[in-house]
Amino acid sequence: MITATNLSKIYGGTKVLNIDHLDIPAGQSFGLVGNNGAGKTTFFSLLLDLIQPSSGNIFNNEITVSESEEWKPFTASFIDESFLIGYLTPEEYFYFVGELRGANKADIDNFLSNFEDFFHGEILGRRKYLRDLSKGNQKKVGIIAALIGNPKVVILDEPFANLDPTTQIRLKKIIKELTENKETTVLISSHDLIHVTEVCERIVVLDKGELVKDINTSEATLNELENYFSREVGATHPEEL
Amino acid sequence: MFKRFLWLEWKSFFRSASVGKNIGLKVLLIFLALYFSVAFLVLGIGLYPLLRETFPDKDPLQMVNRLVLLWVVFDLGFRFMMQSLPVLDIKPLLNLPIARRKAVNFVLIKSMYSFFNFLPLFIIIPFGIFCIYKADYGTWNLIAWMMTMIAITQCVNFLNFIIKKKFTDNLKALIPAILILIVFAVLEYFEIFEASLWFGKMMNFLVINPYLTIVPLILVFALYKWNQLNLTSKFYLDAGLKEKQKDANTHDFVWTKKFGTLAPFLQQDLKLIWRNKRPKTTIYMSLILLGYGMFFYPNDAYQEFEAFYVFVGIFMTGIFMINFGQFVPSWDASYYPMIMSQNIPMKDYLASKALLISISVVILAILTTPYIYFGWNILLINMVAALYNIGVNVPILLYAGSFNKKKIDLDKSPFMNYQGTGATQWLVSIPLMVVPVFIFWLFDFFIGFEAAIIGLAAFGVIGLLFRANLMDYIVGAYRKRKHAMINGFKQTGE
Repeated sequence: MITATNLSKIYGGTKVLNIDHLDIPAGQSFGLVGNNGAGKTTFFSLLLDLIQPSSGNIFNNEITVSESEEWKPFTASFIDESFLIGYLTPEEYFYFVGELRGANKADIDNFLSNFEDFFHGEILGRRKYLRDLSKGNQKKVGIIAALIGNPKVVILDEPFANLDPTTQIRLKKIIKELTENKETTVLISSHDLIHVTEVCERIVVLDKGELVKDINTSEATLNELENYFSREVGATHPEEL
Repeated sequence: MFKRFLWLEWKSFFRSASVGKNIGLKVLLIFLALYFSVAFLVLGIGLYPLLRETFPDKDPLQMVNRLVLLWVVFDLGFRFMMQSLPVLDIKPLLNLPIARRKAVNFVLIKSMYSFFNFLPLFIIIPFGIFCIYKADYGTWNLIAWMMTMIAITQCVNFLNFIIKKKFTDNLKALIPAILILIVFAVLEYFEIFEASLWFGKMMNFLVINPYLTIVPLILVFALYKWNQLNLTSKFYLDAGLKEKQKDANTHDFVWTKKFGTLAPFLQQDLKLIWRNKRPKTTIYMSLILLGYGMFFYPNDAYQEFEAFYVFVGIFMTGIFMINFGQFVPSWDASYYPMIMSQNIPMKDYLASKALLISISVVILAILTTPYIYFGWNILLINMVAALYNIGVNVPILLYAGSFNKKKIDLDKSPFMNYQGTGATQWLVSIPLMVVPVFIFWLFDFFIGFEAAIIGLAAFGVIGLLFRANLMDYIVGAYRKRKHAMINGFKQTGE
C-alpha cells in the first residue's frame, strides 16, 4: 500500500530521515517507535506531502504523493491540533469532514453513535467550540474524524499521548477493530512501547532518521524493544556501527 | 528591562516568516513618513505668514486655536484607521519573572514615540517660534502653548489606544460616541453650539495663563494610567476566556447548499467570519465604509474628474474583498495542514474563496445603489467598478495570496493583537485601485465617458471569461508554494 524508496529529508545539512526502502502492505497495522528526533513525524509529514523530501519518493497506493492529489480521497490522518478547525463545534467538524468524504449528516450521526463510550459524554452536544475543549478531548475528536468515510489508510501521530488511561484502553480497542478485517492500513507512532506492541502487527524502530529495527510483533517484542531502548543509552549509535 | 523588550521585538521582526515583505513595506513607509514630515514642516513654517496675510485683522494664534478641536477629531479618526499599536506577545512572558506593569509600561511608552506623535511637532514648533518672535505674547506663554499642544497629541495617542481596544472588543460600544460626535458636528454646522469656538477660547485663556498647562499634562497622565490599569487587568491568559463561556453558535447557513460541491467550503468560510472577531470586524468595516461616498459625491469639485469616482466605487464595492481577500489563505493558517491533507482539491478550495468574495462585491454593489441620488453616472461607475473587482481584482488578490505565509491568529483575543491592521494593509491595496482609475481616465480623456465605462467593464468581462484559466494558474501558484506556506503558518508571533 505504502512504499518509500531512497527517502531522505535534510534540514540544514542534517539528515533527519533516511530510509532506503520501506514497504507497508495493505491492511497492515504498522507501528513506528523511536526517541524524540527519530523522524517519526517527519515520515508522516512526508507521507501527507506536508513537507518535501530531499530525495526519493513515497508512494501511497502507487500514487506519488508529492506529485498528485489522488491519494487524498482514501487517506485520513490526525497529526496534531493543526488538523482541527478551532471555531467549529465537534459535530460541525465531523459533518464537515463527512462532506469531504461523501458521508451525509445521517451517516455521520450513525457513525458517531459507535463512539459514545470513547467520547465519554465530553464531546457531543456540549455546545462548545473545539478551541475551548481540553487537549485530550481535542485529540479524541481528531482521531475519530480520521476514521470517517472508511479510509484505506489511517495515519495517527502519537494517538495515545495526552489521553487518560480509560480512553487509551478504548482507543486500543478501536484500532484493533479497525485492523481486524485487514482492509485498513493503519500507521501509528508512539512513545508507549506497551500500547504499540499491543495494537500493531509490525513495529519499525527509527533512530536519528535511520531504520534500525523491523519486527513482526510477537510475545517477545515488548521485551526486545525495552532492551533496545534501555541499552541504547550507553551503546554506540547505529550510524557508527 | 526595556532593552530586553526591544531586543525581543527586533528578533521577532527579523526572524518572522515574511521578513522580506516587512522590510519592503517599511522602506515604503519611511518614504511616506519623510514626505509627510516635509509637507507638515512647510505648513508649519508657512502657517503664520499665510494667516497674517490672508486675515490681517485676526490673530493667527487665536485662529489656530479654534482649529485645534477639529484637528483632534481628525487626528483621532486618522489614527484609528492607520496607527498600528505596538504589539508585544505576552503569553511567553507571563510565567517569567517580569512585572506585569513593566511589560504594560513598555507597550504604552513605546506608543508615545510613534511617528503619528512626531508629525504635529513639525507644525507646532515652527508656528510657536513664529508666534514668539512676531506676536505680542510672552515667550513663556508660547512655550506653555507648545507644551499643551504636545500634551494634546499624546492624549489623542492614548485615547486612540483605549478606543481601539473597546472597538475590537465590542463594536456597539462605539455607536454612542459616534452619535455624540455627529450631534456636535451638526450643532457646529448650524452655528447653534460651536464646540470648536469654545475650545479655542479655552486655548486662548491658557496662553494668557501659562500655568494652566498643568491641566493637559494631568490629562495625559490620567489617560496613561487608565490604559495601564486597563491593560494590566487583561494581562492574564484567561482574560479572553470570560466571554467564551457563551454557548457555541450553531447556525448552519443551509442556503449555501445551492452551491453544490463548493457548499461545505462556503459554509466553512461563513462560520470562520461569523465566529472569529478578527474576520468579523472586516464585515463591520465594509458596512461602515459604504458611507465613504458621502465624502465625495456631495462635493462638486470631484464632478470634474470622474475617474476619481472609480476609486470610490472600487473601494466601496471591494472593501471586503481587500480586507478579506488579501489574507487568503492566512485565515485558514491554524489548520492549513488539515486543509492540505484532507480530501479537498486545491481548485475547489480557491474557487469557494473567489465565490465568497464575488458575492460580497455583489452585495456591496447593491448597497451602494442609493448613491444614484447624486447622479446616474455614479451608479454606472459603481456597477462597472464592481464588475472590474470581480473580474480582475479577485484573481489578482488570490494570486497575491499565494505569497502569504504569515499566520493570523483567529483564536487569540484581540488584546494587543492588531496583526495587519496598520498602514501596511492599506498600501497593499493601492495597485488594486490605482490601475482601474488609470484605465478609466485613459478612455475618458481620449474618447469619452461612455467609452470609459465600456472599457472598464470590458476588463471585468475579460477577467470573467478567462476566470477558469486564471484560476488554474493560481492553483498552480498555490501548489508550488504549498510547503513554504505550511512551514510559514507554523510560526507564531507577529
